[in-house]
Amino acid sequence: MAPVDGAVAAPGAGRASARRRPGGAAVGRLARLADRYLLLVYTGLAVIYLLLPVAVIILFSFNDPAGKSNFVWQGFTLKYWLNPLGVAGLGDAVWLSLALAFLSTIIATILGTLVALALVRYSFRGRGAANSLIFLPMATPEIVLGASLLTMFVSIGSPPFFPLNFFTILLAHIMFNISYVVVTVRARLAGFPRHLEEAAMDLFANEWQTFWKVTFPLILPGIIAAALLAFSLSIDDFVITNFTAGKTQTFPMFIYAKARIGIPVQVNVIGTLIFVIAVGSVAVTTLAQRRSRSG
Amino acid sequence: MGTLLKRHRWIAPYALLAPGILWLLVFYVYPAFQMFVASFWSGSLEKGFTFSLANYTNYTEAIDQFAPQYLRSIVYAGAATVLTFLIAYPLAYTIAFKGGRYKNVLLFLVVAPFFTSFLLRTISWKIILGDTGILLGPIKELGLLPEDFRLLATPIAVISGITYNFLPFMTLPVYVAVEKVDFRLVEAARDLYAGPWRPGGGIAGALVAGGLAAVLGIVFAWPWPILAAGAALIGGAVGWFLVSESFIRVTFPLSLPGVFAGSLLTFIPAIGDYVNAEFLGNPDTRMIGNVIQNKFLTQNDYPVASALSFTLMAAILVLVTVYARILGTEELTTTGRV
Repeated sequence: MAPVDGAVAAPGAGRASARRRPGGAAVGRLARLADRYLLLVYTGLAVIYLLLPVAVIILFSFNDPAGKSNFVWQGFTLKYWLNPLGVAGLGDAVWLSLALAFLSTIIATILGTLVALALVRYSFRGRGAANSLIFLPMATPEIVLGASLLTMFVSIGSPPFFPLNFFTILLAHIMFNISYVVVTVRARLAGFPRHLEEAAMDLFANEWQTFWKVTFPLILPGIIAAALLAFSLSIDDFVITNFTAGKTQTFPMFIYAKARIGIPVQVNVIGTLIFVIAVGSVAVTTLAQRRSRSG
Repeated sequence: MGTLLKRHRWIAPYALLAPGILWLLVFYVYPAFQMFVASFWSGSLEKGFTFSLANYTNYTEAIDQFAPQYLRSIVYAGAATVLTFLIAYPLAYTIAFKGGRYKNVLLFLVVAPFFTSFLLRTISWKIILGDTGILLGPIKELGLLPEDFRLLATPIAVISGITYNFLPFMTLPVYVAVEKVDFRLVEAARDLYAGPWRPGGGIAGALVAGGLAAVLGIVFAWPWPILAAGAALIGGAVGWFLVSESFIRVTFPLSLPGVFAGSLLTFIPAIGDYVNAEFLGNPDTRMIGNVIQNKFLTQNDYPVASALSFTLMAAILVLVTVYARILGTEELTTTGRV
């Protein structure tokens, strides 16, 4: 694949000869300007559009609302930042979400990485079926995933049925995370330099050593990316959780429950914190990878 | 050679697969089957459920009663998919071809909204689109819109919310596909007289953009046909200026697998969504997801709810198959990776 960078891609620059229409010089110049700047301006606007709601979330974490609802800007305050868990139930919900995200990420990342290794490394009977099975949960609407899990839990035993709690949410989160982990790690494995493993084996490393000293460090960035994705999917999941949680309340479910009566400002504080930490950890991993690549 | 088990080589892949695949069989395949079974139940949560094929009436009841919600879901999700395509394609194209060394930063900005809560983002739109919010407030102040004009609690708000929330699902696959386009092909097309500036390309571009803008106008400015016509005109003009023949004949066809994957990744979650309809809509914008959620979690009417969600799954399967026949690609499972 030929590298395409900005200089080559800007068709107007240095490629004026491509315009064959006589008399179109003025129009051509306009088109060239448009080509040059319009798309860039558009991209700027699109990014603003994408980040506008995030900015609103952050801004309203500093709001000092008059009543219960945090919809109208009233004035700047830091008091909710100084007391971010000062609402009944919020702290528990946040810890529960963190625990869920942590556990489901670890388990889904291990299971998904193994599946990805099998799918990329080996050709075997049933590979196509396995690929489809990985793809299907991502192509099923969340509400159908949640609803089918709920009917399964209800069908186990007669009334009062299978209890819905932290454990059932965890099973569900691992399920939807596996596919995303497989897809992410597989993308990394696809361009894997196999000859490095062969070199290690030629130098008398056994398979165990080869895996941990050569293969694993090379696919680690893919595994970390997959784990970050899984963590962010899990901590933010509402629909599937809502179907498998029973009375257990995660952070998104807390938001949903409060949405009717007015969302406490602390929710925005926590949302902002999650955003900052997530952006920070992605930035740190990216920089670390870049450094290790150049160093 | 790098194998984990030398003697029984054939076991290795299955051993690696087993835990993950088993998990999906137990918590994805079996529940889906169980939901199908549950759609033939009768009874209640308190007394227990009994299975009988005679309960196919669950399906007739579901479809008789909730056909409008199904239809609405398809229309909203379809409109949102067209809109995400319109917004995402130029964005993905610019990042891929003109991003230069800012490519990764721009891609990061595209996915950055995912790092905040989905529910909070949707509620943010409630603040932005509010009757005197940062969007409508100033316009009303200037007297450009009547005081009682609203966006919130209308189909427009619901479709905008869905469009916003699923925009990255379109942008990333389209980016991956556009990024793969070998720019030498575009140059070759230009050398063969496919001008960046030839009427053929301009007209095609104007038609495509104008047509899509008309869809946009109809969906978004339905009570004001003049606005719709204006949108079509502006779209046509933009298309005329920006869309070259080489784009229509080379870049765009080569990026179609990404458009295909992106539209599925947008349409499928959009059609089942109920959060946008709940926060940004009104009782008349209820989608099928709202009905399913309500039946399952408030009314505990599992049999009909199961029939509803199984019908939704079947409807998606049919729509996706038809769509795949029309656009035809075998790369579905591979181009969608992000």
